[in-house]
Amino acid sequence: MTAVPALSRPKRMSATPGQIALALAIAAFLLFFLVLPVATVIYVAFTEKGTNSFTLINFYDFFRTELFIRSFWNSVYVSAMSVVWASVFALPLAYLTTRFVFRGAAIVQTLGFLPLIMPPFVGAVAMQLFFGRNGSINLLLDDWFGFKIGFMEGLNGVIFVQSVHYFPFILINLSAALRNIDRAMEEAAQNLGSSGFRLFRRIVFPLAMPGYLAGASLVFVKVFDDLATPLLLNVKDMLAPQAYLRVTSIGIADPMGYVIAVVLIVASVVAMWLSALALKGRDYATTQRGGGGLAKRVMSPTEAIFGYGVVILILALVLAPHLGLLLLSFATIWSYSPLPDAFTVAHYARVFGESSIYIKNTLIYASLAGGIDIVLGVAIAYLVLRTKLVGREWLDWTASAALAIPGVVLGIGYLRTFYGITLPDGTPLASLWITIVLALAIRRLPYALRACHAALQQISVSLEEAAENLGATKSRTVRRVVVPLMAGGILAGFVTSFSTAAVELSATLMLVQSNSDAPLAYGLYVFMQSAAGRGPGAALGVVAVILVAACTFLSHLIIERSQKAKGMGH
Amino acid sequence: MVNRRVALATALGLSLSTSFTTIALAQAPAGKVTVVTSFSKDVTDPIKKAFEKAAPGVTLEVQNRNTNAGVKYVEETKANNQVDLFWASAPDAFEVLKGKKLLTPYKPKAAGIPEKIGSYPINDPQGFYFGFAASGYGIMWNDRYAKANKLPEPKDWQDLAKPAFYDHVSIASPARSGTTHLTVETILQGEGWEKGWRTLKEMSGNFRSITERSFGVPEAVNSGQVGVGIVIDFFAFSAQASGFPVKFVYPTVTTVVPANVGIIANPPNKAAAEAFVEFLLSPAGQEVLLDPGIRRLPVNPAVYAKAGADYPNPFTDPRFQKMIGFDVDKSEARTAVVDTLFDQLISFQLDALKGVTKTLHEVDAALAKKPNAQAKAAADEARNLIASMPVNEAQAASAELRGAFTGGKEKGARQAELESQWANAARENYAKAKTKAEEALKLAR
Repeated sequence: MTAVPALSRPKRMSATPGQIALALAIAAFLLFFLVLPVATVIYVAFTEKGTNSFTLINFYDFFRTELFIRSFWNSVYVSAMSVVWASVFALPLAYLTTRFVFRGAAIVQTLGFLPLIMPPFVGAVAMQLFFGRNGSINLLLDDWFGFKIGFMEGLNGVIFVQSVHYFPFILINLSAALRNIDRAMEEAAQNLGSSGFRLFRRIVFPLAMPGYLAGASLVFVKVFDDLATPLLLNVKDMLAPQAYLRVTSIGIADPMGYVIAVVLIVASVVAMWLSALALKGRDYATTQRGGGGLAKRVMSPTEAIFGYGVVILILALVLAPHLGLLLLSFATIWSYSPLPDAFTVAHYARVFGESSIYIKNTLIYASLAGGIDIVLGVAIAYLVLRTKLVGREWLDWTASAALAIPGVVLGIGYLRTFYGITLPDGTPLASLWITIVLALAIRRLPYALRACHAALQQISVSLEEAAENLGATKSRTVRRVVVPLMAGGILAGFVTSFSTAAVELSATLMLVQSNSDAPLAYGLYVFMQSAAGRGPGAALGVVAVILVAACTFLSHLIIERSQKAKGMGH
Repeated sequence: MVNRRVALATALGLSLSTSFTTIALAQAPAGKVTVVTSFSKDVTDPIKKAFEKAAPGVTLEVQNRNTNAGVKYVEETKANNQVDLFWASAPDAFEVLKGKKLLTPYKPKAAGIPEKIGSYPINDPQGFYFGFAASGYGIMWNDRYAKANKLPEPKDWQDLAKPAFYDHVSIASPARSGTTHLTVETILQGEGWEKGWRTLKEMSGNFRSITERSFGVPEAVNSGQVGVGIVIDFFAFSAQASGFPVKFVYPTVTTVVPANVGIIANPPNKAAAEAFVEFLLSPAGQEVLLDPGIRRLPVNPAVYAKAGADYPNPFTDPRFQKMIGFDVDKSEARTAVVDTLFDQLISFQLDALKGVTKTLHEVDAALAKKPNAQAKAAADEARNLIASMPVNEAQAASAELRGAFTGGKEKGARQAELESQWANAARENYAKAKTKAEEALKLAR
């Protein structure tokens, strides 16, 4: 099943006019809201400073500079190791909650998702207060045993924080994939005498491979391009922080920052391409749908103790930052001590009045952005996997490249491209809040795209052919067969895009024009610039986390219900 | 094609909501004045409240951005400017704006504000921006941390180079923080180029971290992750006011410089922008600065009568009178070179620099027990290797080097080439110094 040669795949019909129009519409969207704005900023990479004439000398300089080469390999190392550790966290959670009758599976899935929504700045502070050199854990360790553990030191610190932060990418995509595997596959293997770990290794995991790789490639690229975590840990010899440090310094109009941005984009696209290559020539689709996912086994008491133990241990580790955040939001003063000096609710009282506007804006922006993302994600995935249009992969790669573009570059690009365009009353286009939504949608598109792509990969094309043979039009097939079967993956994509858009700051900070248009992350940023604002900032962070968690929990309930409904019909 | 229909519907929805917002914006109150600022909510909220009370009918719209993003924003949006004021600490950000012709000159009418604070002119001589509050640079530390780690009280920059402070000090990168840039430039001007860099590098050998934003330093000191930080005074004062166990000292070589406000070129609401500048400089506006959450030094000496006795007063306190004058033009001429030198010689080589500094501290400890002239000579040689600079003071301000950073027309070395050269020189020197220091350690033991 897993290694059917590409040749035996059913032949696809050539593209219909509708598909061509769709591809062109998406290409236009990406061109206007991604390629052009970014090009207005990073073309500098190809020019000579002062004369603005075309040159490649900057790339030559890049490869000759020891710092950049060191940074490049550090970034590769950290990204690869983060994928390894993120898999260690995600595999047990995904497997246990989908493969076994596990009470509270929806709660575990929601909690396991929370690390992705770490609000900017305040999350970093909370994490330091817990795991830092003089954080709670190290102060206690030092007190009791006289040693400290460098959780957050150097490159290993970056790997630790990144794998805690981004493992939900693997968790959510792998869980969706596991749910999509038909139990008939498993039963067939069991009838042939396979069981236990061998069953997992030979049948279940390979079938879930598209989901796992979708998550793992996201983790790799995201860690490769992430600048916030290394900077928070004061690690500067990685590639993304180097680009950021240059692009945002006053008076340094140097091409090198943009050269690094170009290198980041190329490296991200190559990583995505490699992950697609890994799946090439294999067919992951199964015709049987409606088994309601893997057979759920009941655990024996010892298994149950072990299972719950593992889950609780992992959750305790990955949720410690959120616990820190919660403590911080109730703390009066918390300085060089395992716990705060005293507790208060005053911070919540302070943010109560103004947070309602932030919450409203955040919900509007993030859900619009998430909506745009899944529409585009489904469309691009469909075009790439189901048509033979020339250059269709370029849609995928272009959209994925958004992952590698620093938020501040996109923000400046939007200002450059859209500020000159004015509405009839003279307000610039870029000053409307819809620009923020578009920027968020572009930045989070790769998440939704990977989820939709993986979901579609698991659906056998013969289901659509059957529908078409029965007389359904292409659009009806998509509507009635493809999209419902992809529902789990689409929701996973929406949740990922929505929740990460809700806490995004770097592009937003460039584009927010007034307090009344500002999302939560901006409100947080404003608070987190002063000593007195730390508590209220943390309170706002907790509000953000609860808000996104509630939405995530809701969607998990929906997924579970739909799975149950399918299972009953079987 | 269902997807296309969805996309179309979305596009339609987008354009609909777009036009709604347009209407809403057109009906905004006539008296809206927009300010781009790097100041936190704790600073802007009380001032906004007091200003709107003093000028009824005017609404102050605060756009919070960090200084660099703010400058970039004003620059990118100048074609259709919607911002009235720029309001931030670092004078060099205003110099950049002024240089790009993005500010409007104005003559404030407020009375009672002297020409200079210390030896620094409060207002821009050409009238493009105006100081409204003064700030000094100094050393802040966490008391609980200091007690637990038995740190002595620091008094001067050189104290931070002592072995006791190894791995306990933090600073923001001067390339990223306008205020730290001024601190570095103050040390360079106060002690001279060669000696100043020596002090900076000796201090840097003790650095725990070099953060990428100004507030990262007080935040780390407040939470006790780092013991000592090099910061602007109000970070420490406002932390104290919030109850954090931190202390602050002004070293002997420092300076007070004003935080500023300026009117953007082509402001949409010029009258209200001018009203805001006048308010900030009026006694009522100056008094708001004494608020415990703000704690900045007013530029109107009369206002200090309303402050507590322990409130630092730069106009009467003798410590401030001793402080050195700060040459803005000199600083401006070599900004990029100084920042890049700091990053290439210190920030990006911090591990190597710390490694050799640690060995040198061990040599000192061994020498204190058992003096050894040969070991001392080797250690001094190592120190000289660390202190050596690839660029001298005259070169730093030369047109040739400036051209490499601003993109001059004449063909000189490229910025990337210079950076690579400097970094390589520093790396080699630190490696050689490490060998020398280890030699010294062997001899001393």
